[in-house]
Amino acid sequence: MISIEGLTKQFNEITAVENLQLEIQSGEVFGFLGPNGAGKTTTLRMLSALISPTSGTARVAGFQIGEDDQALRRSVGILTEAPGLYDRLSAERNLSFFAHLYGVDNVERRVERYLKLLGLWERRSEPVATFSRGMRQKLAIARAILHEPPVLFLDEPTTGLDPEAARLVREFIEGLKGEGRTIILNTHNLDEADRLCDRIGVLSARLLAVDTPAALRRDVFGRKVVFHLAHIRPEYAEAIGTFPFVDAVETVDTRLLVTLDDPETYNPALVAALVGVGAQVQFVGEIRKSLEDVYLHLVSNGVTDPERGDET
Amino acid sequence: MNRLYQIVRKDWAEVFKNRFVLGTVAFLPLMAALLPLGILYFVGSSPDIANDLEDIPPSFTALCNNLTGEECMQYFLISQFILLFMIIPLAIPITIASYSIIGEKTTRTLEPLLATPITTTELLGGKSAAAVIPGVVATWLAYLVLAVGAALLGMGSGVMGSLLDPFWLIAVFVVGPLLALTGVSVAVMVSSRATDPRAAEQVSMLVFLPVLLVFFAQMGGLILIDARFVLLIAIALIVVDAVLLIAAVRLFQRETILTRWK
Repeated sequence: MISIEGLTKQFNEITAVENLQLEIQSGEVFGFLGPNGAGKTTTLRMLSALISPTSGTARVAGFQIGEDDQALRRSVGILTEAPGLYDRLSAERNLSFFAHLYGVDNVERRVERYLKLLGLWERRSEPVATFSRGMRQKLAIARAILHEPPVLFLDEPTTGLDPEAARLVREFIEGLKGEGRTIILNTHNLDEADRLCDRIGVLSARLLAVDTPAALRRDVFGRKVVFHLAHIRPEYAEAIGTFPFVDAVETVDTRLLVTLDDPETYNPALVAALVGVGAQVQFVGEIRKSLEDVYLHLVSNGVTDPERGDET
Repeated sequence: MNRLYQIVRKDWAEVFKNRFVLGTVAFLPLMAALLPLGILYFVGSSPDIANDLEDIPPSFTALCNNLTGEECMQYFLISQFILLFMIIPLAIPITIASYSIIGEKTTRTLEPLLATPITTTELLGGKSAAAVIPGVVATWLAYLVLAVGAALLGMGSGVMGSLLDPFWLIAVFVVGPLLALTGVSVAVMVSSRATDPRAAEQVSMLVFLPVLLVFFAQMGGLILIDARFVLLIAIALIVVDAVLLIAAVRLFQRETILTRWK
């Protein structure tokens, strides 16, 4: 659905995006993570034919950027960083204006559908200036999907929203994911990216890493299993340290922290080995690194706390 | 064409909720119609009218062949005021265009708007039409009020002849809209670079200077606006407007506007 080849954007001496290579499949939710100024918004603007790349190219929904930009724009919806609504106009008028620009058939029915879907129907006639930030964001999302594009770009969709409004917006995006749309999400919210995205690209002008959230955690930190024992003895660590699939063993209080690639396959053997040397295994868990750890590791060249992580 | 029409509809719905713009659209034409009517009425009833005739430039009095002193004075005054009807179509569109284009920037609606399949020509065409039409229509209505008011006040042949003179009708109904287009094209170009509606409006108002020069030159008797002068101005404005419109579309660089406007 989206194919990016060597996409680069320079603003005078500054390289905002450098040699971006990426394939995004139809129906995939792809998240761009990166610090401010990493080139996330610039990338979305290039992909939605708002600005042109300095070099490289991309195909979006079958259209090459720079060649048939009008058709491309008709096939994408974009939620910009700021909602960008006409404050003096009503919610209904805001949407109908954009519906006409996108050439939507039966504008009234389409506007009604999305206003109801986002819970704004009751306040459709009120000027947008009277709306809360959450309502404005919902209206901006409705505007982005009004023409039912196959590709949707969402730039910081929950930034600045209160937790309840942010949850509503996230639920709506999950619903869109269920409809099979291809979505690119720019976000600072790592928890949101973890929950919503099939794959994540960590961007800092260049694409530092691309994979599923789970694979990024594994690739960056490996997987760590924790064995809670009734008591600890040195031979317990020695017993499991001899296995070739074990990368490292650490002892912390009465716990053994074991780094390995495939816990689902090898945990039974480790438990058996521990029991075999007399250890009483109380329970087994996994220390799960957060996406935040992965992100910070990647954007700060690996300077992260190795002990951080939540046990699951 | 539909997208252009949608821009016009949206702009009008939005801009006319702005009291300042609404006031400009209503106030200027109203003043242009009522002020000359009031002055003509009082001049007509003045006993010293014959003495005041000495203040009229000789080039003008030469035109008052069969008119009485009172009628000649009224003819002179109405000729000055008709020039206002060429200034108003310039002032109103500049005010609207400055707000409607930079308004898109200040409310951050320009990016979602440019993300639609709208072309630059449709966008600027819609913005220009939304700015030009109210100014021109308001001016024409005001001219109609002036003409009807003058007839009702029983103005003589000097005033009525001037108001219905073909060259003044061309000035108001052809040169006026052409001037409006000039003002809007300049406002669009300035708005493409400026970031504040008031700054854009002030810079765009420089377009007034040549028109004001003509206004004062005629008042001082330096020039005489006649049919030939109006026709030459109309032809010159057609050329100037064509060049300005092309320049406005070229200067409206989507990328520069999106990335430079913060």
